[in-house]
Amino acid sequence: MVKEIERAGIPVVHMCTVVPISLTVGANRIVPTVAIPYPLGNPKLSGEDEKKLRRELVQNALEALKTEVHGQTVFDN
Amino acid sequence: MIDKIRVVWYLNQFFGQIGGEDKADIPPQKHEGGIGPAAGAGRLLGDRAEVVGTVICGDTYFGENVDTASEQVVELISTFNPDIVIAGPAFNAGRYGVACGAVAKAVTEKLNIPVVSGMYPENPGVDMYKKYAYMVETTNSAAGMRKSLPAIVKLALKVASGEPMGTPEQEGYMPRGVRVNTFVEERGSKRAVNMLLKKLRGEEFVTEYPMPNFDRVAPNQPVADLSQAKIALVTSGGIVPKHNPDHIESSSASKYGKYDIAEFNTLTEADHETAHGGYDPTYANENPNRVLPVDVLRDMANEGVIGELHRYFYTTVGNGTAVASSKKFAETFSKELLADGVDAVILTST
Repeated sequence: MVKEIERAGIPVVHMCTVVPISLTVGANRIVPTVAIPYPLGNPKLSGEDEKKLRRELVQNALEALKTEVHGQTVFDN
Repeated sequence: MIDKIRVVWYLNQFFGQIGGEDKADIPPQKHEGGIGPAAGAGRLLGDRAEVVGTVICGDTYFGENVDTASEQVVELISTFNPDIVIAGPAFNAGRYGVACGAVAKAVTEKLNIPVVSGMYPENPGVDMYKKYAYMVETTNSAAGMRKSLPAIVKLALKVASGEPMGTPEQEGYMPRGVRVNTFVEERGSKRAVNMLLKKLRGEEFVTEYPMPNFDRVAPNQPVADLSQAKIALVTSGGIVPKHNPDHIESSSASKYGKYDIAEFNTLTEADHETAHGGYDPTYANENPNRVLPVDVLRDMANEGVIGELHRYFYTTVGNGTAVASSKKFAETFSKELLADGVDAVILTST
């Protein structure tokens, strides 16, 4: 899906936990996430901290979208 | 008498008979003898080989800790002192296929023991790890177990015998991208011209070097100004309105859904859930924002960090779903996204 969205001309960021799969699939902007059943959360945290974590991850995704890339890039921070 | 070939089998939590998705986070463990398909294969191995042990690891644990899990699994496998390792078959289970492939890589590199596996050709584990294992092509679901086990066992016995391996077609494994020198009757120029003549006559011919299929799409230009941008959410994590109104399948999805979130500041267990059958749904059902971050994107839109959160999200279940289907889904909805003036997409996967 990520490749077809890109092909349509829309910049896309893939947020996923298993980065090697995303690289194989052909995503260009990749943001690694927390865990397979909860990529954008962590049930061990309090609701407030969890939302903060999610916001940081989405912030990374937005950073990726406004960054020019020339090939597959993992935004790891 | 010749010693029996010692086989160690690698399985996930499901085929290892420990449990379903609720046990997918178990770390590696070992058992004497064969379990599940490894036990079933005992009969097929006959007098020549024996399954001396089974190593089991949960798919989620492996997927989230590929390096550590590989090391742990190799450590456990080595305690059985095997001659060959069989992993899977993983069919079209993505995490399991990647785990089998990573095990193959680690076993080959650290123990120098050959590995045989089985997968559906679209399983990402094939592309990622095909050079580390002899992989039998299987069907996309475990319904093909009865057919694939004999093929895997046959291949394993051949590999363990130490005899020279034939081509993928001769031995029944998927091409590994390994080149082997061979002697043939006719020189290259003659073979090439013969092939060309056949092609010109419209006859069947077999290439000696199929071109790899690099289907890569170049990245698009970045978003110039996020505060003016309309951002859409897409997911393969199966988030749907409560009760899955369009009945998107829990695996091998044949469709995607498009749902309106204009009225939602956040997603809750009262209004949304996941239809995905390939991971433990507890956490996504409890708080669907963990897969589809509507809550923070809504905040960001209200604060002006982004221009707008697109009112529709697109969703499907990425669980054994055919590549051709996913491609078709996204081709279709990308046109709508363009028509709706979406500037960028955040796609989340589980």
